[in-house]
Amino acid sequence: MVNRDAVNCEQVYREISNYLEGDVDPALRSAMDQHFRTCKRCSSVLEGTRNVIRLYGDERMIEVPAGFGRRLEKRLAQNVRTAGSRWSVWSTWLVPVAALALFVGGLRFANSLTITPSLKSEHAQPGDGIPPEMLVVVTADAKIFHVAGCDFIHNKNTERTLTAKQAMQEGYVPCLRCMRQYLHTAAGHAALGTEADADGDSQGEEDAHISAR
Amino acid sequence: MPEANVVLHNPEQAGTSREQDLIARVQRGQNELFYELVQPYERRVFAAALAILRNKTDAEDAAQEAMLKAFANIRQFRAEARFSTWLIQITVNEALMRRRREKTIVMEGIDDRRDEESDYAPRDFADWREIPSEALERKEVRQKLADALATLDRKYREVFVLRDMEQLNIQETAEALGISVASVKTRLLRARLMLRDLLAAGWEQGWFSRLPFEKGNKPW
Repeated sequence: MVNRDAVNCEQVYREISNYLEGDVDPALRSAMDQHFRTCKRCSSVLEGTRNVIRLYGDERMIEVPAGFGRRLEKRLAQNVRTAGSRWSVWSTWLVPVAALALFVGGLRFANSLTITPSLKSEHAQPGDGIPPEMLVVVTADAKIFHVAGCDFIHNKNTERTLTAKQAMQEGYVPCLRCMRQYLHTAAGHAALGTEADADGDSQGEEDAHISAR
Repeated sequence: MPEANVVLHNPEQAGTSREQDLIARVQRGQNELFYELVQPYERRVFAAALAILRNKTDAEDAAQEAMLKAFANIRQFRAEARFSTWLIQITVNEALMRRRREKTIVMEGIDDRRDEESDYAPRDFADWREIPSEALERKEVRQKLADALATLDRKYREVFVLRDMEQLNIQETAEALGISVASVKTRLLRARLMLRDLLAAGWEQGWFSRLPFEKGNKPW
């Protein structure tokens, strides 16, 4: 702790920068002023430090490479102009393009609600009367959706739950086993009696659907 | 703002008004005025980048990039801040980011091994002779001062440049460098005392022996 009445040289060195910043309390400033009056060494350090600040704070101390300003101006001009022209170009065609995108997107969305989605398996049938909000399960690399818990779900670690409507929109087809009641060829399904389908294997799935036709 | 309203007998005030006017106009989309706005600070921006990157080519590139970022963000500038400080802070960010990207650990400076919290005792050069500001007209004097600054360890040099050359205040310096106010004060103290020592030693070694002002009217 600094003794406010008398400070030694070491304390002065420690505070000399703050002193020059005007960042010492009045008592310490007074003690330091007193010290500087009697200590030549510290007053020399003070003057030297003050001189350093004044010299380096001079604008002339900042030198830039030759041509710096010209190169900066050129680069700014290029980019500022580009930024301006880019915006003006964008502004002329951005609005119609955005409108077109919205229109096309709207059409696709509307169509997705009504048209039959393309199926992941061309031999499959989409099912009939499947409640659209019914939660079903799909797995990676398979083309079939299942009722949760179906024995014929493969790659169970990749299970994803979604609604039947979503699954069909994504092109998934109903499992011949667990979704049998929603398929037209119930009789055919009974004849399947094998584990040929519902495993995501394209060959097995295709065979099953061919049999079902 | 109409040009006629600029108070000509008060250049500082006029400059400030002019700057505010330019900022507002660039913010409204008059992009071509941006260089006019930043031109008064281009030297300080370069110096800030150089303090951190040390290489003049890198510093120039960083300074240009910082100016472009300032342009891109000009609408975010708020009038309550000093424009010069805002520019320099963007520059410091850009330079620091580049240094981190380069992942270079530069071992440099005369004082790297010292603990910045430890006490620093100036060398005993009681016969300090003041270097007059007029001496800065001479390139060799400026070069000697720049050389002395370059010998400082990075952490001291950065703080010194931002505070004493760029004229940021202590708080702004701390914010720009992402360090505490206490660290800024400690490093600033050390930097100033070390430079004072180096310049005093320069006298001893005859750095300025060829300068004309030493022959005749010594101002000290």
